Amino acid sequence: MDYNWNWGVLFTDPYLDWLVMGVQWTFAVALTAWVLALIVGILVGVGRTLPSRPIAFICTAYVELFRNVPLLVQMFLWYFVMPELVPDDMGRWIKRDMPNPEYVTAVIALGLYTASRVAEQVRAGISAVGQGLTNASYANGFSVAQTYRYILLPISFRLIVPPMTSEFLTIFKNSSLALTIGLLELTAQSQQIAEYTFNGFEAYTAATVIYVCIALLATIIMQVAERYTRIPGYMGSR
Amino acid sequence: MIEIENLSKWYGDFQVLTDCSTKVAKGEVVVVCGPSGSGKSTLIKCVNGLEPAQKGSILVDGTEVTARGADLTKLRARIGMVFQHFELYPHMTVRENLCLAQQKVLDRSRDEAVAKAETLLNRVGLTQHIDKHPGALSGGQQQRVAISRALAMDPIAMLFDEPTSALDPEMINEVLDVMVELASDGMTMMVVTHEMGFARKVADRVVFMDAGAIVEDRPTEQFFSAPESDRAKDFLSKILNH
Repeated sequence: MDYNWNWGVLFTDPYLDWLVMGVQWTFAVALTAWVLALIVGILVGVGRTLPSRPIAFICTAYVELFRNVPLLVQMFLWYFVMPELVPDDMGRWIKRDMPNPEYVTAVIALGLYTASRVAEQVRAGISAVGQGLTNASYANGFSVAQTYRYILLPISFRLIVPPMTSEFLTIFKNSSLALTIGLLELTAQSQQIAEYTFNGFEAYTAATVIYVCIALLATIIMQVAERYTRIPGYMGSR
Repeated sequence: MIEIENLSKWYGDFQVLTDCSTKVAKGEVVVVCGPSGSGKSTLIKCVNGLEPAQKGSILVDGTEVTARGADLTKLRARIGMVFQHFELYPHMTVRENLCLAQQKVLDRSRDEAVAKAETLLNRVGLTQHIDKHPGALSGGQQQRVAISRALAMDPIAMLFDEPTSALDPEMINEVLDVMVELASDGMTMMVVTHEMGFARKVADRVVFMDAGAIVEDRPTEQFFSAPESDRAKDFLSKILNH
């Protein structure tokens, strides 16, 4: 194979800057989308377990819709279709004046998609706590809201830390899809470096290594969180 | 105190309770017994509205439990309940298990709640475990904590749903002792249990259920010495021969 290896290219101007900027956008999209996913996901997940049928139905519909449409399609829908569906003035503002349209769109698409997956974890966590404890809480005089606030949510959040770790990792990896709507995050920058320098192996290796490092970092953080949140003597914890 | 009248309940097409009527007067101890699947637990869960009933009525201290829009939260705060599997809050220490509802439901101050918790734990001999999580306690200890948690709310009546069925044999007595003491203090109690020795000792009346219906409802002595129905005779002959 006649390939001109040049690892140094990754550290030369401007390519190093591109990589750094790519990492920054990846973090920006993934972390903001994660916050959005947690807020929406917790609300929807709790909603699915509520005694109210209309609320549970709406929340179930949300999960089925957002979980079953491919993320890439959702990305395109938010970026290309949504501005045409809203009132004219708003659509024009989105297309012309909205700051960082690729970033905002990527956060919304990724956040709302991940929210459907977070909601499922939250729902599973709440049902894992069980009817027995729920009854005990009601029998103790707590209202529905208090039962969620003091009993169901604190326990279920601890139970779902491990599966949430994998959602947290996934949101970083999924953030690479934002390149399709023009956001210059890590994958897009690597692609750009490859095109400018013809050192594709080096560029994509850099991206790979960086993604792995992010994943390891996230895993370690979540493991620490798990250690501090587990309940002594409860469901597989020590 | 507790008046159950013609209560019927269905799970889908399956009728679990048929026309059940009974009463628990203030200060009375009523034991509900019967073979498994006879509807005992369902009946007692209807008393504080944990299970809805489709027909009939339950009156607890003047509150209609089965009425639409009944303030169940308020009522439940005044009725203690103890479960087969303890159901202590696993993420909290024993102290918090006893204090939480006192502070959040009854609006007691922290000091007041803790003082109450300490008094009750002292009574059941668990003071040294106050800072432990429920997972670190034995079944018998957990059930005594659960009884204390219910008592911390100063209930007007206590419901027990098979409180000793999930315990190792050697721990049953430590829980029954607490319940006997409670009964002798004059607490109004409705107890679903298979402990016939306990029933004989403290119950004023025994309610015997079979297939979702109340078959016998009589003073304890009469129930044990001269059960009327064949079903109760059969049940007693099987359960008392050990």
